[in-house]
Amino acid sequence: MPSNFHLDAVPIRLQACGKSWEGGGRALEPLDLAIRGGETIVFLGPSGCGKTTTLRIIAGLESPDPGGRVFFGEEDVTELPIERRNVGMVFQSYALFPNMTVIENVAYGLKVRGVPRVERAARAEEMLEMVKLGEFAGRRIDQLSGGQRQRVALARALVVRPRVLLLDEPLTALDAKLRDGLRLEIDRLLRQLGITAVYVTHDQGEAMALGDRIVVMAEGRIAQVGTPREIYYRPANAFVAEFVGTMNRLSGEARNGRMRLGPGFGVALASLPWSGPDGAQEFLVRPEDIDLAEEGGHFDARVAASVFLGDRTRLVVETEGGQPLTVDAPGRADFARGQSVALRLDPNRLLTLPA
Amino acid sequence: MSLRDASSLLPPLRRGGRGRVRSGGRDLPLLAGMIAPAAAVFGAFFLLPLARLFAIGGGGAEGWAAYATILTDAGHRDGLIATVLLSAAVTAATLAASTVAGLFLVRHRFPGHALLVAMLTFPLAFPGVVVGFMVIMLAGRQGLLGTITQALFGGKLVFAYSMAGLFLGYLYFSIPRVILTVMAAAEKLDPRLEEAARSLGATRAQLVAHVILPALKPALLSAGALCFATAMGAFGTAFTLATRINVLPMIIYTEFTLQANLATAAALSLVLGLVTWAVLAAARSFAGSSVAAAG
Repeated sequence: MPSNFHLDAVPIRLQACGKSWEGGGRALEPLDLAIRGGETIVFLGPSGCGKTTTLRIIAGLESPDPGGRVFFGEEDVTELPIERRNVGMVFQSYALFPNMTVIENVAYGLKVRGVPRVERAARAEEMLEMVKLGEFAGRRIDQLSGGQRQRVALARALVVRPRVLLLDEPLTALDAKLRDGLRLEIDRLLRQLGITAVYVTHDQGEAMALGDRIVVMAEGRIAQVGTPREIYYRPANAFVAEFVGTMNRLSGEARNGRMRLGPGFGVALASLPWSGPDGAQEFLVRPEDIDLAEEGGHFDARVAASVFLGDRTRLVVETEGGQPLTVDAPGRADFARGQSVALRLDPNRLLTLPA
Repeated sequence: MSLRDASSLLPPLRRGGRGRVRSGGRDLPLLAGMIAPAAAVFGAFFLLPLARLFAIGGGGAEGWAAYATILTDAGHRDGLIATVLLSAAVTAATLAASTVAGLFLVRHRFPGHALLVAMLTFPLAFPGVVVGFMVIMLAGRQGLLGTITQALFGGKLVFAYSMAGLFLGYLYFSIPRVILTVMAAAEKLDPRLEEAARSLGATRAQLVAHVILPALKPALLSAGALCFATAMGAFGTAFTLATRINVLPMIIYTEFTLQANLATAAALSLVLGLVTWAVLAAARSFAGSSVAAAG
């Protein structure tokens, strides 16, 4: 594998890029976003949130509403159609040319650029080796598995040395096992090449694993931009808190360095020390941040449901005051419905949303 | 280990394995019984008439030499060549026009779209005679084009009764047959394929040549075959227009009705069928490998 194969890290800037549909209605509210050179940025959100529209605006497949501008480095590419933007695209449906062999697919971008046949073949083969499909060069597309097809699509997109690689749900069509393998492969490639990459997915696991930064989107707007850890542990708003991972929302109040949870917990829960903002009315806590206590629990709850997930057991419990909570217990722990458990909260692991 | 290797390690599920029915000796009478009705119909209405036609072709005054007249008789030979050339030209023009129009109609929605598609397919129901009549009204001696050119240039443009008139008439009834097939295929094109090609820098022309046409190829081949065969055998339009030129169906008609030369008519019919079939087979094998790959 050639270690000198490295691509330019081009920063991308979106400036007031919105998109309205012809029949009225907005797919995307005007947004500003700076993507750093060489960064892998993941657009994450439910369907219809505008993530694919944003990707297509960067690609040049859609143009932003008047006033919106797209910059690749210092160059304003807003008016350039996709065929002159030099971007690499990878689609959920692979979009390989069925009338061409694997190597012809990979070499296609070089062919339309007029690269001489010999050089074309050499570069395409080098790229195929890079995605570990060297021996498949002469195969027809319908002789490949889904994972192999997507690797061919990656090679085809990268061989022309694009300024940015755009991936639209590339793993969604694959089954779970293949998905993990290819995700690692894509991660390795992106790191190795140093290319700026924009990745669209609705799968938060993929987003966390691949993204240097994640852009969480909802209803045509950016809900939050941050590293995976920031998104997970410091959600900027209720949508991000709900959408990424699982989150318990507890009402209560914080005053004078103490906090107390609301009526849902019954009377047993004493106030705890609190170093967060004064006056908070709502606290968030991840299932893995609620601990099962052997003794000295903060409150008791009854098991309403227990789901064994292998690496952990996910419980849905109900407090005495009727507040439902999702709690993660070790995988080996077994629970019966109706069983009583004692739970502890660490106030340092409680989150609050910015007011 | 490939899947096929792996499956060979498993015990066969049952005789024949993998659900495929092997016609062992025991099944044969049953299968023969089941196919008998279809075979009877096939024999009665296809094989027997063809055999009879073949026999009649050889049963005339000239004997089996009737089959050779397609080459020896200048009129017949020229008629055959004219028919093949005309049909090929009509097929090429029809495919070109239908592909452009069909792609456009699939990709653009505008007021009146549905009406236009309906109108394009309207001539499907016209008998060939009506199509011929319409060509006469357009380019005949009293036709629209003649009147206009008379007024403008002082000379009448009349081509209804020539090869050009036949070509126009054939084109007119061929396009509706082909355009629907093209539109159905074009709707199934994956737009991502084109986006992928464009992202790689393909121009419009390259997109058409490398992505769209290969994807449409199976549909174009089958529609083209149908179009060619229809043009080879078209009679009504030729009957109305072909006063000065002879296409093979007209020759057959003349031999049959006017000269009561049954043997020649039968021989020419079979030749017409065979030539059409041979041209289509050649076209299919020429394009065959790439069709399989696109399959």
